[in-house]
Amino acid sequence: MEQKEIELLQLLEKHGRLGTDMIASMLDLTVTEVEEMIEKLERESAILGYSTLINWAKVLERESVTAMIEVKVTPTRGKGFDQVAERIYRFPEVKALYLMSGGYDLSITLEGQTMMEISRFVSDKLSTLDSVVSTVTHFVLKQYKHDGVIFDDNDDQDRRMMVTP
Amino acid sequence: MIDQSHHYVADHIHQLKPSGIRRFFDLASKLDNVISLGVGEPDFVTPWNVIEASFHSLEQGYTAYTANAGLLELREELSCFLSETYHVSYRAEDQMLITVGASQAIDLAFRAIINPGDEVIVIEPSFVSYAPTIKLAGGEPVIVEATEPFAFKIQPEQIKSAITPKTKAILICSPNNPTGAALNRDELTAIAKLAEQHDLIVVSDEIYADLLYDEEFTSFASIPNMIDRTILISGFSKAFAMTGWRLGYAAGPKAIIEAMTKIHQYTIMCAPTMAQHGALEALRNGRGSVQEMKNSYRQRRNYVVKALNEMGLTCHMPGGAFYVFPSIKATGMSSEAFAEALLEDQRVAVVPGHVFGNSGEGYIRCSYATSMQQLAEAMKRIKRFLDK
Repeated sequence: MEQKEIELLQLLEKHGRLGTDMIASMLDLTVTEVEEMIEKLERESAILGYSTLINWAKVLERESVTAMIEVKVTPTRGKGFDQVAERIYRFPEVKALYLMSGGYDLSITLEGQTMMEISRFVSDKLSTLDSVVSTVTHFVLKQYKHDGVIFDDNDDQDRRMMVTP
Repeated sequence: MIDQSHHYVADHIHQLKPSGIRRFFDLASKLDNVISLGVGEPDFVTPWNVIEASFHSLEQGYTAYTANAGLLELREELSCFLSETYHVSYRAEDQMLITVGASQAIDLAFRAIINPGDEVIVIEPSFVSYAPTIKLAGGEPVIVEATEPFAFKIQPEQIKSAITPKTKAILICSPNNPTGAALNRDELTAIAKLAEQHDLIVVSDEIYADLLYDEEFTSFASIPNMIDRTILISGFSKAFAMTGWRLGYAAGPKAIIEAMTKIHQYTIMCAPTMAQHGALEALRNGRGSVQEMKNSYRQRRNYVVKALNEMGLTCHMPGGAFYVFPSIKATGMSSEAFAEALLEDQRVAVVPGHVFGNSGEGYIRCSYATSMQQLAEAMKRIKRFLDK
């Protein structure tokens, strides 16, 4: 992949709403070149989608609960961990799923409206899967940083003086 | 009671003009909602690993003086850094000095080499401290002007015609503040020839060395035969976003560094210890952060240069640093009037070019060390100002 494509991806990863004309002048390309590059990257599934990082704690009406679940599983012959992983990641409330090294196998990030909803998922859906041996559920108490962004209103304050040599 | 104490101030300090930056700072600070393109320092905060290393050094009790020349460990690391990155070789033991910012290194360099009346060639537009520092050291700054038709690159003939029997040194700063102009190897070699012919010292302020965007940086000291007549000055402020730490350094011939260290030992003792420990971490593990910041500056530079040119404020693509120096001559205003009106009218702070020397008249310095969102808003406001 050429250097400009990587730079384009890095820009969009940080700031998905950056306009095409802005990107073009930042990377010293034409608008058409940027559009074509984005199209190509979408086609190749290098770009999978565009999302917005939201601090839901700021939205009063909406309460949600996030849990990280450690899961020990028995891998399936021929398929390894992939089969059970697929069974789990197809649930829409599963926000992230990773195969881990160390003391357990799968790490799930789960989002729900209430603790009840999460516990129901664990007891009804997850623990009942044949391959699942055990689960440990950790509830998130506070979000400090997500995807490289710090959740602190004062974090981006400019503390420089107005004019310096 | 009226303060009469100005009688006590020495004559030569009275004669020293205060920096034009100060006045602009006062103006801008009184207003709200100002977007500042007037800041000569990175908008990034120092990389966290550097801050953390400095905390750690304090926790470990490293709160005492260091050697006058700075921590030997830091000088050793710097020596490796300079040789790997810029292909110049300096001994940590007696050819390097850690200073309080590059500014102090510049001050020490001139105090160490200037006899009363010696002339130093200064290329303007330049950083505001050069000429005053030379005067304070008893020298005479001789100004040569880098002009826009040559992309603000000084022509060797200009330097040649400024050389007199009293000339002691040439001061160069590439990439340059405020123009961003960067001299390439051939252009530096032409200056080197003059230095050799006339037996001059070259004080090379390389503080923006790591922020050169389109080509590889050439340290003046890496040009054949120049290491023995160059005082290389740099620091951590710009590349590592460490301006407030006040940490710079000088590298040069043994006798000159010894002379500078002598003045340093009597006036400062040593650079702040916790900052030196932070700098050590910056050199060891901070290079990735520099690269990231550099990429970001390059993108912003491309954006700002295009935006300014499109609205009729013509400017060259600067090779390095984080400044653009567009011409405002088409507006018919002086750079001071332009900057003041832009500030009052649209709340955008820039620095009028004349504060960097007479040849800066007709230009403004815009720093792009600010976020893309702020830059985009500033460009909108400047365009609105011009359209009026």
